Amino acid sequence: MTSSARQIVFANVSKFYGEVLGVNKVSFSLGPGITSLVGPNGSGKTTLMNLLTGLIRPSQGAIYVLGLTPQQPIEFFRQVGYCTQFDSFPPGTNGYDFIYWPLRLHGFDRDQAAKLTNEALERAGMAHVARRKVAGYSKGMRQRIRLAQAIAHHPSVLVLDEPLNGLDPMARAESIALFETIAKQGMHVIISSHILEEVDRISDRVVLMSSGYVVAEGQIREVRKEVHDHPMQILVRCSNAGRLAAAAFELDHVVEAKILNDGHGVLVRTHDAEQFYLLLNKIVSGGLVEVDAVAPADDDVNSIYQYLIGSDGGPV
Amino acid sequence: MSAQDLVARAQRWSKEQPWRLFGSQIFILVRNEVRRNLFTRRRIWMYLLALIPVLIILAHVIFDRNEPAGPAQIENDTQVLAGIVQLYYLRLGIFFACMAVFTWLFRGEIVERTLHYQFLAPVRREVLVVGKFLAGAVVATALFETAVLACVFLMYSRFGSAGKSYVFDGPGLGQLESYLLVTALACLGYGAAFLALSLLFKNPIIPGVVIMGWETIAPIFPAWAQRLSVTFYLKQLCPVSLPIRGPLAIFTIVAEPVSPFIAALGLLCLTIAILALSCFLIHRMEITYTAE
Repeated sequence: MTSSARQIVFANVSKFYGEVLGVNKVSFSLGPGITSLVGPNGSGKTTLMNLLTGLIRPSQGAIYVLGLTPQQPIEFFRQVGYCTQFDSFPPGTNGYDFIYWPLRLHGFDRDQAAKLTNEALERAGMAHVARRKVAGYSKGMRQRIRLAQAIAHHPSVLVLDEPLNGLDPMARAESIALFETIAKQGMHVIISSHILEEVDRISDRVVLMSSGYVVAEGQIREVRKEVHDHPMQILVRCSNAGRLAAAAFELDHVVEAKILNDGHGVLVRTHDAEQFYLLLNKIVSGGLVEVDAVAPADDDVNSIYQYLIGSDGGPV
Repeated sequence: MSAQDLVARAQRWSKEQPWRLFGSQIFILVRNEVRRNLFTRRRIWMYLLALIPVLIILAHVIFDRNEPAGPAQIENDTQVLAGIVQLYYLRLGIFFACMAVFTWLFRGEIVERTLHYQFLAPVRREVLVVGKFLAGAVVATALFETAVLACVFLMYSRFGSAGKSYVFDGPGLGQLESYLLVTALACLGYGAAFLALSLLFKNPIIPGVVIMGWETIAPIFPAWAQRLSVTFYLKQLCPVSLPIRGPLAIFTIVAEPVSPFIAALGLLCLTIAILALSCFLIHRMEITYTAE
């Protein structure tokens, strides 16, 4: 299998709704693992997911999912499961039928479809209410039954639009664990979410979007390195914080070295993290400072979001 | 490219298609759609629409049971039955029921915001169109064929043995067969038209009224134009002709009749052509509920 046949590829994709821009000139490719689409409301996350799954067609460009397009629905939707944000269901359906009948459309016979339905219901924690009408479900249950339908046929690509919305903390933790398990099996999981802390914890890479444009894309730490306007923040827990701060200040690329309130650490802001780490090694080997922990303080999704998009949702 | 090459390509293409899967998908779509469309409270008015003539005939049977029932009365009632089928069922009942059933197949799913489930299933959109169309056809045909059957049964049952003889030894059974065929073809023809309209327009009721207007005034147009109306073909298949009355009578152009076989085939071809258009339209369709 060629590498492009194992990837999700957006090639110069644009989508316009009449005069209104949906997304513009989007180009990237995604490998297996968890990818998060992050951006404010109206930034184009759902448009990108709908384009990916063929619910809407690009005005320009092409999209390939594992070498397939939605114009080959039988092969395509065997590989893709999409849990949309639309909170609506066929009237009168119950949880079991909601999963079972789409599986029959895949071509599974009755026994296989029943087995996969029960398995999906178990995985989503919905087995005990499967025979109840979906109309009587809570918001969280409706979210989970949609997730169960999306994963029931064991797709290779799972697309989840705000999958954590409406879930209580327990269900949220279970869903995240499920996404991680699926990703570890070598599948592509694409998630859009507003909950940046959770996105940060589970994502292998992010696609940051704003006003229909992809602002940044890649592994979180790599993206952070590309943000040159904002110095990297590095937190060092150590003894003799004052000595470390003084040494750091001697470097040109260090713009700030702030001793923590408890006196047992320094927060350094630098334009060249590599150089700072070299200095730190030198100081530690010289025995001047005893280091307990070193960690980047702002290479998470939240910080990158703030730097690139800002709290008002517009690109910075 | 030669004809032989074309045939070879068509054969190869045909062999590559998962026909068995298409068949099972259509069966499942029909099953689900029939349950959704036939057995709902929303459709009660449609049952009433189909049952009104049955109830009227039933009342006639009960209250006029002492009236004389000779051969002249049978002929008279045969004309009444022809009027019920041709003027009520074909022009109004089936027309409006098909408008409700077939426009709701896709438009209803857009209103209920559930169409994306169909588009995210591993089903070709042409298969989706065929499955939904067949489901609508099953619903409309089952309802109106039952109603027509009940009308014929009640109409002739009050004549006792004379009525039985008219049906089984006379022209009655042939007329019944024709009415059932006409009813089924009307459901298919109108159904295909309304399915396509629902994919073309957000509100298919206005174009539906336009179609109704066209079906009513088509007889005053030249013969070639009349062939573009569903009623033209249906009229050819009706076993009892009705005299043309009303203000349009003086403008009516009597088109050369076509054989029943050609009429049935013509209507089926028209239905298939409209379905092909629907398949084309569904490929262009996008899920943008907020824009609807």
